[in-house]
Amino acid sequence: MSMEDAIMNDMTQIDQGVAVDELKMQARNVDVFYGAGGGTRSAEDMAADKAITHAIKHVDVDIADKTVTSFIGPSGCGKSTFLRVLNRMNDTIDGCRMTGDVTLEGENIYDSKVDPVQLRAKVGMVFQKPNPFPKSIFDNVAYGPRIHGLARNKADLAEIVEKSLRRAAIWDEVKDRLDAPGTGLSGGQQQRLCIARAVATSPEVLLMDEPCSALDPIATAQVEELIDDLRSRFSVVIVTHSMQQAARVSQKTAFFHLGELVEFDDTDKIFTNPSDPRTESYITGRIG
Amino acid sequence: MLWILITLLALGALGFVLGRQRAVASAGGDARILHSLPVYYGTNVTLLTLVPALLVLGVWLMAQPIVIDRVISAQLPDSYVAEAASRDLLMTEIRRLADGIDTAVERGAFNGRHALDLSVGDDIRQQLADAGVALGADVSPEVLQAAQSFREMSGAGRTWMTVAVFALAVAGLAYAYLRTNKDLRARNRVEYMILGVLMLASTLAILTTVGIVLSMLWDTRNFFQLYPWQDFFFGLEWRPSFEGNSELGLIPLLWGTLYISFIALLVAVPIGLFAAIFMAEYATKRVRSVAKPLIEVLAGIPTIVYGLFALITVGPMLRDYFAAPLGLGNSSSSVMTAGIVMGIMLIPFVSSLSDDIINAVPQSLRDGSYGLGATQSETVKQVVLPAALPGIVGAVLLAASRAIGETMIVVLGAGAAARLDLNPFEAMTTVTVKIVGQLTGDTDFSSPEALVAFALGLTLFVITLGLNIFALYIVRKYREQYE
Amino acid sequence: MTDMPISTAPKRSLFAADARTVRRNRAERRFRAYGMAAVGVGILALIVLLVSILGNGLSSFRQTYVSFPIELTAERVDPDGNRDPGEMARVTTFGYLPLLATAFEAHLDAEGIETDMGVRELAAMLSEEAPAQIRGMVLANPDLVGQTIDAQILMGGRIDGFFKGRVTMESAERDRNVTPAQLELAQILADRGAVETRFNWDFITAPDASGSRPEAAGLGVAIIGSFYMMLVVLVLALPIGVAASIYLEEFAPKNRLTDLIEVNISNLAAVPSIVFGILGLAVFINFMEFNQSSPLVGGLVLTLMTLPTIIIATRASLRAVPPSIRQAALGLGASKTQSIFHHVLPLAAPGILTGTIIGLAQALGETAPLLLIGMVAFVREYPDLMSVHSNSFPLMGDGATALPVQVYSWTQRSDPAFVERASGAIIVLLVFLLCMNLIAILLRRRFERRW
Repeated sequence: MSMEDAIMNDMTQIDQGVAVDELKMQARNVDVFYGAGGGTRSAEDMAADKAITHAIKHVDVDIADKTVTSFIGPSGCGKSTFLRVLNRMNDTIDGCRMTGDVTLEGENIYDSKVDPVQLRAKVGMVFQKPNPFPKSIFDNVAYGPRIHGLARNKADLAEIVEKSLRRAAIWDEVKDRLDAPGTGLSGGQQQRLCIARAVATSPEVLLMDEPCSALDPIATAQVEELIDDLRSRFSVVIVTHSMQQAARVSQKTAFFHLGELVEFDDTDKIFTNPSDPRTESYITGRIG
Repeated sequence: MLWILITLLALGALGFVLGRQRAVASAGGDARILHSLPVYYGTNVTLLTLVPALLVLGVWLMAQPIVIDRVISAQLPDSYVAEAASRDLLMTEIRRLADGIDTAVERGAFNGRHALDLSVGDDIRQQLADAGVALGADVSPEVLQAAQSFREMSGAGRTWMTVAVFALAVAGLAYAYLRTNKDLRARNRVEYMILGVLMLASTLAILTTVGIVLSMLWDTRNFFQLYPWQDFFFGLEWRPSFEGNSELGLIPLLWGTLYISFIALLVAVPIGLFAAIFMAEYATKRVRSVAKPLIEVLAGIPTIVYGLFALITVGPMLRDYFAAPLGLGNSSSSVMTAGIVMGIMLIPFVSSLSDDIINAVPQSLRDGSYGLGATQSETVKQVVLPAALPGIVGAVLLAASRAIGETMIVVLGAGAAARLDLNPFEAMTTVTVKIVGQLTGDTDFSSPEALVAFALGLTLFVITLGLNIFALYIVRKYREQYE
Repeated sequence: MTDMPISTAPKRSLFAADARTVRRNRAERRFRAYGMAAVGVGILALIVLLVSILGNGLSSFRQTYVSFPIELTAERVDPDGNRDPGEMARVTTFGYLPLLATAFEAHLDAEGIETDMGVRELAAMLSEEAPAQIRGMVLANPDLVGQTIDAQILMGGRIDGFFKGRVTMESAERDRNVTPAQLELAQILADRGAVETRFNWDFITAPDASGSRPEAAGLGVAIIGSFYMMLVVLVLALPIGVAASIYLEEFAPKNRLTDLIEVNISNLAAVPSIVFGILGLAVFINFMEFNQSSPLVGGLVLTLMTLPTIIIATRASLRAVPPSIRQAALGLGASKTQSIFHHVLPLAAPGILTGTIIGLAQALGETAPLLLIGMVAFVREYPDLMSVHSNSFPLMGDGATALPVQVYSWTQRSDPAFVERASGAIIVLLVFLLCMNLIAILLRRRFERRW
């Protein structure tokens, strides 16, 4: 698929070629609250408190392996918050509380025995704005393997870095300047570097929070192509603003509105024959 | 003096009323057809009356004593100066006598005639003592003559000053008054004058720097005429003696300064940096709101307090519990004492600057690191700190410049012995201590022992200035990176 | 290529933390502990510092007095017998000393306290300042002559130290200035209620005293000197600083000159204070020949030092006023000057005042530059701060000293009782600073505006 094709792509070219695999992650009855402080108040209690923002309301989602799942919805609908539930990134925000169950291959990731650090190695994340560390390209990609101790020696590490960069389809552009700072790359390259960085820890699930919203159309096309490619090895969850993007890259789509999961189904079903009127309104541009 | 000021102010007020009236009158009583508000016409006249007159008054007041001193001093017969201890002392005596006679006249003990007719035979000292003015020594004819011409000149100066100031004020008033009419752009004129004053104020900063550099350069030049500069910069001995033959080598002082600063940074940088990391990355809002101000209190405490702390608490403690048992010396003032106390002083300096800098590292970098499964400390060590490094280096350099220029802690805590030694429990001395030492007390500003302080000051100024400029440059570059 | 697994790490359960993670978490906890320890050390240092100063200095606010009757015999204090204070002033403090000594001895006799000390040794228990105090009382009120007054007499520094726990019987054995017998007698007097340790107003109001009479040394002159200098700084630095900031922030074109001024100001703020002292010495004293140790010179030097602080604070608060305010005023036809003086400046005023107070607080604690301009001189008399000399700059004032400099001079005296005095002076200084900072904080709280 050439770049131009990718840009020209619209809903008619949805790639549904790969069969949906087995279940990877499962979220059940998830509620998220902001401004809740510490403590162990129940979900009902916090939901009734006007001072607390109820960001996610009773959401159930199943995430399949080797599938791209997209979360769409208007701004502030909770799709990014929910994404961050999946690798416990919300733990780093003061006053954010979560109730409900999320499992990764049957293991509850919010279990007290689970170390979020270990979890995040398995559930990697790519952010909205490319955020390469102020280090060399090599060190950016090697960061994850180093902290998790994935490489036995230097050669091993170099191999991981190369594979990750290749997988992120940026190897050819940077192979001659691995020592150059990652911040010197263009926006699209930076984002692919960040993807390579996430891939390098060999996660099982890759979360992407609007990975293309800060990129120009050409870079967007490159990243979208990459996402499609990544599906062969990972389960990918992508939050996106653009319905076209969701249609282009994902097989499953979840539509969020005001913190609720309105509809979750196969992507082509959502875009051609939504069952909920709100989904239809959003897709046809009446809300959003 | 006071009445000159009052009269000037009265003139200014008069100018305000007159200017305003004339402006309104020229508009036929209709303020709407004036170019500016009536207030501005008044202000315009007032400013033209007061500003030149006050400027001249100020300059005159400062210049007159200098000029008269120079003239009188030049008139003194050289042979007489050679007899007396020094020209400066003689001048002080002359001034005191002139002051005494003036005071006596003021108190009514002398009348003006009598004051002029005084002669040495009259036992002036006794007469003045009766009038309540104490003189240090008997009056010699030369001194009396000089004092009389001193009085005469200052009297004349004062008269001329009054005349000049009032002439200027009246001229300004008349000029501004005559120029006032309804079409005068009074507001613009007033605003120009205000702008001029503002500009003048902002150049004071430059003047201060120029003053610092010039004053030190001048005396440093004098010093190097008396003492070879090679011996100053490369001399390994510091042994001033007021009989001459002093050894005034910079190296031992510089060594003490750097050694103490190094220990201070050794204390301040780890503690300050870790405190900043804790405050920025770990502490809850509540802890932060208590701990941060508490640490910053340390920055508000005057250095003399730290000096006393070093002198009465830290010094004896270090001596009794460390130096003496370890056999490293028994001096309570030591490099260690001054270094540790100075380190405490610098903690808030390092921590609050680093705190700002760490907070300026974008959250997205932290998220990126957490998203890859890094722990918080790994994120801090491998992402936040490297990103913040230039800023932190800048902060440390600023702290170093503080440490090098710090005076009171080392005066009270480090000792006065200039020594090239490695033992941190030994008393050593610094550049600043010696500046204080050479310039306090009775100093003869023509001797190399006093003038060396200016060379030391210039050295200190150049070192700290270099550090500051470099540090500010780094910090500024760093801020731009994340803006 | 892309389908090859990146690493062959074995799959592991989330529930079982592997050894590496355990190690990493331990490192995490250690790191956190370092941070906490650092904050702890900082706060601990503050506490130790304050405790040390308070512990050493609080006792200087209390002073030991002994009371006994003194007969002011006319032949001693007024030999001419005409009750003229002018004539009586010829009797120096040395004339009053025997009066005190004999009165003290007589009092002991009357009380039936046995002692084998001589008059000289007894008198040594009283402060050397005591005769001067009695003399002052008599000169102020000549009617006292011939009467017997019940006076509270300042006791000597060592006796005072004994009641404050600083001097013990053991230390007295080794001390040339006091004997155990004197201490015992003092204890007997105290048991009978003749000795009183009470609040020491003189410490705050009295001028300094010479090195051998720490018990009489006070801060009066230093406080006045500091106050006068703060006044000079306020009167000069505030208007100049505000004017300079307005020019730089609102009017100055962006060019090399203003750039230079900016770099200059931020550098001046970091120039060691002692350099300002050298400047003051060279310019004000050596070149302009102002009086040494004049508080006006001190004020000028501190003004130059404080200016950068005030300018930086003022510019920050001018910058915080949103441009919409300026545009609103300009839009109504106000001139630029009017918009700034009518609208921007009043809105920035709280910030400017806060910055000024903080600058003043800095100046109040500054010592080093004042040493160089000679403010360390021993000042026994209250200075005439408005004194006019025939041929010097007006408002020059007589020599004075300042609080932090007074601390320094006291640390240079040999009598250990001055450590107590110096610490006490620091407490006074810190109280002033605390008040100033509280005012600054209150101002900020009261007027803080978020745009």
